[in-house]
Amino acid sequence: MYKYDEIDQTIVDERVAQYRDQTRRYLAGELSEDEFRPLRLQNGLYIQRHAPMLRIAVPYGLLSSQQLRKLGDIANQYDKAYGHFTTRQNMQLNWPKLENVPDILAELATVQMHAIQTSGNCIRNITTDQFAGVAPDEVIDPRAMAEIIRQWSTFHPEFALLPRKFKIAVSGTKNDRAVVQAHDIGMEFYLDSNQQVAIKVWVGGGLGRTPILGSVIREHLEWQHALTYCEAIVRVYNLHGRRDNAYKARIKILVKALGIDEFKRQVEAEWSHLKDAPNTITEAELARVATHFEPMPYETLPAHDASFDAAIVSNVAFAAWAKRSLHAHKVAGYRAVTLSLKPHGQAPGDATSLQMQVVADLAEQYSFGELRVSHEQNLILADVKISDLFAVWQKARAHGLASPNVGLLSDIICCPGGDFCSLANAKSIPIAIAIQMQFDNLDYLHDIGDIELNISGCMNACGHHHVGHIGILGIDKDGSEWYQVTIGGSQGNDASIGSVIGPAFSADEMPNVVQKLIDVYLQERNAEERFIDTVRRLGITPFKAHVYADKALAKNEVAA
Amino acid sequence: MSNLIQLTNGKAHISDDDWQLVKLPASQVEARKQAGKIVLFKLTGEKTVSDEQIANTVIPAHGKIILPLTVFIARKAELQTRLSKNELGVWLDTHEVLHTLIENQADLNALPIIAVHVERFADGRIFSLGTLLRTRYGFKNDLRAIGDVLRDQLFFLKRSGFSSFAIRADRNATQAMISLNDFSTPYQGAADEAQPAFRRYHRAV
Repeated sequence: MYKYDEIDQTIVDERVAQYRDQTRRYLAGELSEDEFRPLRLQNGLYIQRHAPMLRIAVPYGLLSSQQLRKLGDIANQYDKAYGHFTTRQNMQLNWPKLENVPDILAELATVQMHAIQTSGNCIRNITTDQFAGVAPDEVIDPRAMAEIIRQWSTFHPEFALLPRKFKIAVSGTKNDRAVVQAHDIGMEFYLDSNQQVAIKVWVGGGLGRTPILGSVIREHLEWQHALTYCEAIVRVYNLHGRRDNAYKARIKILVKALGIDEFKRQVEAEWSHLKDAPNTITEAELARVATHFEPMPYETLPAHDASFDAAIVSNVAFAAWAKRSLHAHKVAGYRAVTLSLKPHGQAPGDATSLQMQVVADLAEQYSFGELRVSHEQNLILADVKISDLFAVWQKARAHGLASPNVGLLSDIICCPGGDFCSLANAKSIPIAIAIQMQFDNLDYLHDIGDIELNISGCMNACGHHHVGHIGILGIDKDGSEWYQVTIGGSQGNDASIGSVIGPAFSADEMPNVVQKLIDVYLQERNAEERFIDTVRRLGITPFKAHVYADKALAKNEVAA
Repeated sequence: MSNLIQLTNGKAHISDDDWQLVKLPASQVEARKQAGKIVLFKLTGEKTVSDEQIANTVIPAHGKIILPLTVFIARKAELQTRLSKNELGVWLDTHEVLHTLIENQADLNALPIIAVHVERFADGRIFSLGTLLRTRYGFKNDLRAIGDVLRDQLFFLKRSGFSSFAIRADRNATQAMISLNDFSTPYQGAADEAQPAFRRYHRAV
């Protein structure tokens, strides 16, 4: 992974000093609330219901064992000994003290970490595929470019105060796992007809209040121009994006208002001046950064391991876990492993300090000392030998990290919701837990198969509800919490935005509503058809009819 | 004491302000200048300032003055002497279109000063305007940030090409000056230093 040189270290050290002074001035009354707000937000610090919330950057989801240990230590010392992994591959502390944040940042800087631009109206953490570098279907490892974009976007002076937040995702696979179409800029790296690295650029995607999938602004961009092209896009947005209404301030609204053709014309006009400017990436710089992402020193191993095969046959629990938690690896004899942060009955994405230490140790012992955070809010060991999988499972299971539910209904993506977040309209964690408890039978979960259930506590959509096969959105109606249900959303190459099935439900009704959606699926599905496929084939009508059947009955009875 | 920070050859100092800022008289009609509407202005050609306001702007007869962009354009004919005496600058608001200045004043460097007015410090359009004036239009003279100019934006303003900063009257400019140097080795090329870190340094692995 990328290791800081003196320049990188100087920047995070100077950031700590800068933020320490900003905090001091705020506490001394020299900075007003309004003046301090963008400063603290651009350092990931929200003021929340119970305490401030601090979002720590995990660039493109990659962590070393040493860094994860430090996160565990920080959670222990400055918080309640747990942290929350987010859909942006970052980690959040829910209970830090505002006056301790400079010290936390200083601790982070000792392991080459920070909280820069994890919130606020600026370019946020660059995200990518959690299996970057190890996925068999990968064409280009996007991590070096993600790091180059990270450096370019860090304290970019022209884009320090954009109309609204700005998210960039990169991917280098045929099957997109980085949800590039749901980002302000999405970059898909591929090899062009001359076998040169090129980029397909999407713009104006985003979830939130107005979910829109991005439009292609350029089919072919040579990799050298990635930064200058982003500069052209963000400049047009910075100058012309709306600043009068926060709900209409994302770039997607500007792209819609102008139309993609006019927007593209303005970007290309801007880029004609920026093309080949000094921010053009050099071969030497790409080579330098790529050196940090060279393949691990893999052993030459057979594709199969007898002890693993034997354990699968003899141990049902191990087999159930292996079926869901292992992912193909481009090197023979290795697997990527998802460690689930979704045990039934706990807040999705939470890990205790002890669990962080355990995962750090596992990564060190079995996976070259590195791990990843997935946007599904799980942790991943990317390079485990097949012969080590049983040992990894045993240790992970002993610490509640081996729920065999990866990719199943109870592997819920969920934001912190109204329990923690002051933006939320409704709680989300209790809904997730209630659904997990409703579906607490593993055989049944396996029978339902691949499905994505995403929950957001408000329309800011941190839980990506629009692209869940089942999406649940917390809304506020006359001061009480209600939940709107969508089905048919999807991430990936065939991304789609879910359709609302009808009027919202109360919290109590939610497990049963999900049950009814699943009942229709199980009854109507064809062989090998996933939930999303059945929804796409039949449309929402049969699902809607079944879910609301009782309600209609109840209404009729009242009327009678 | 003056609250103006001036950069001279990269060194910051507090400087007396000998420029007088000329403002438009208040409009009877509510100005439709909200951020974001600019897209519509450009498409419809709608004006943000009325002819009446421009005509009623009082231009001081003597001294160095900075005029609103619209007044400068409309009344350029009567101002030629001032311009040739280096007594005339222009200021624009962040929602105004830079191109209208360029169209009406081909030689920007005939202006000793251009100022950009930021109504709210969080309005980052000022950074793009500064960057464009320096890198696209080759403006070499004093580029000044005016309005809600605060300490924690100074580093970005400097990197966006600004060379003087009229710190908001209720703040201490001497203390604010420190933040011009919050970061010593920025990553990306920008208006003040076009070369990114990877071209400025030999970055070993």
